[in-house]
Amino acid sequence: MLAPAVLGLAIFFVYPLIASIFFSFTRYNLIGGVEFIGLRNYVYLFTQDPQVVQAALNTLWFVVILVPVRIITALALAGLLARAKKASGFWRTVFYLPALVPPVASVVAFVFLFNPGTGPVNLILKSVGIQGPLWFNDPAWAKPSLVLLGVWVMGDIMIIFLAALLDVPRELYEASSLDGANGVQQVRHVTIPHLAPVLFFSVITGVIAALQYFTEAAVASGVASGKATVGQGTSVALGYPDDSLLTYAQWIYVRGFGNYQFGYASALAVVLFVVASVFVLIMMRRVNAFNPSEAS
Amino acid sequence: MTTNALLLAPPRVKAGRGRTALVWVSEHLALVILAVLFLAPVVFVFFTSLMTSQQTLTASLIPKTWQWSNYLDVFRTVPLAQWFGNSAVYAISSTVLMLLSSVPAAYVLAKIRFRGSSIIFGAIIIAMLLPPQVTVIPVYVMWAKLHLTGSLLPLILPNLLGDAFSIFLLRQFFLTVPKEYTDAARMDGCGDWTILWRIVVPMARPGIAAAGLFSFFHAWNDYFGPLLYTSENQAAWPVSYGLATFRGAHGTDWSITMAMTILVMVPVVLLFFFAQKVFVEGITLTGVKG
Repeated sequence: MLAPAVLGLAIFFVYPLIASIFFSFTRYNLIGGVEFIGLRNYVYLFTQDPQVVQAALNTLWFVVILVPVRIITALALAGLLARAKKASGFWRTVFYLPALVPPVASVVAFVFLFNPGTGPVNLILKSVGIQGPLWFNDPAWAKPSLVLLGVWVMGDIMIIFLAALLDVPRELYEASSLDGANGVQQVRHVTIPHLAPVLFFSVITGVIAALQYFTEAAVASGVASGKATVGQGTSVALGYPDDSLLTYAQWIYVRGFGNYQFGYASALAVVLFVVASVFVLIMMRRVNAFNPSEAS
Repeated sequence: MTTNALLLAPPRVKAGRGRTALVWVSEHLALVILAVLFLAPVVFVFFTSLMTSQQTLTASLIPKTWQWSNYLDVFRTVPLAQWFGNSAVYAISSTVLMLLSSVPAAYVLAKIRFRGSSIIFGAIIIAMLLPPQVTVIPVYVMWAKLHLTGSLLPLILPNLLGDAFSIFLLRQFFLTVPKEYTDAARMDGCGDWTILWRIVVPMARPGIAAAGLFSFFHAWNDYFGPLLYTSENQAAWPVSYGLATFRGAHGTDWSITMAMTILVMVPVVLLFFFAQKVFVEGITLTGVKG
């Protein structure tokens, strides 16, 4: 019963993981043979690659800004919803809906909403006398624009927080208020401790998701630049504007599937593996359900 | 907290009623304003999808004439029906194959103790958590050698051999089936397949539905996979991928692009309303009980 899954793990996880490490020491372009070149890919990666630093910094930006902004918004909304009591189901649906929109559709929608020429956002800003920025067309504003999108689709984190909030026994609030605790103290001593595991979970999953940030950035670049990213090798629009949206995961894609440098792209992938592993291991140690030795 | 505190504390008095009402009103006002902000994007996208091309070039928010024909124009501009078909094939076949392979695997991991189970479980967790870009190159090379790139098969077929996230999620649901039921069935001489089929599956039906829905949504929304395997063959594109390339290739104005955006949203939103309860339970379980 387990055999197919074990075979699946071997073919689609264990083998490619080992093969990635192997390819990272080679020059390989799918057509020619595999040529062993030692550490040269890594030397190039850390000392010469003209764009890898920019790509890594962009990804780091999303880890440091996007993840906390989404979590704080989701937490605030969940708090508001938890207090709405009877109607919380209705509000939950309203705020969850955007999370359902297929990511490509939500990115296309946001690039339109924020387009500098005829976009509703800048039209509304103009009507109150504010000259809106160029959003997805301005290197300084492209990433913040994606953060707004990230906030709009924070529904799944919000649902997890809401469930955790509603899980806090009511008696604890009643008891603490009888003991004279005010609202802030209740949040500090009752709510936060109860939410800690869920918060931890969402931070780590958020970081792991941000490390592989790809679709939103790639589609935003393509749609905002107006260039079609059709077919392989024509990844010209990736990173638009001015490499501001070029994430590390996209850089792996460009090197591997745009330039067919499978060896070098594997070296990039191995570095991502090392970084992501740290967070995966933290997660497995701390989240009981993920910990094989504590499971079941 | 002690019972003493309970007895000594004064009963809550009415003094706060005015303030409570004020709090209620301000909280609900905040909710309404936020709800408008959250729904506005879809409303503006919908309005624009009905504008004439001339109007999209002007600074306006609401259509002057409601041009429903934009929705037909999308189908004339690109092979949208084919792309929807591809998405449906990708999402449905992935889900069915995933269930066939992952339900038995999750059962074993939830209900049977054996040597090595924690290693397999650990590998599934790592496979689920690691970014797909880590393993993507050798997997792509494998499919290229089998000459299956240019189609959605490299994204569908792996589901035959289980999907890590689905196995994990299903296992979490199966753990909630009381041991007494499976033990009793085993006493009666039932084999594992019988126990799975007759006891675990019926009792964990909402969990199986949630895993199926997640799998369906994942495939329907997927962009990276189709970009990797189908970008060179337009006839194999699913709608998500087609939409991402649409404006650059065909969308001279925003109106048809927005019409297509709405069309891509509709199926998942409908599906959500039919299965909302199952969905919310599933999300909650991935995060909280985890």
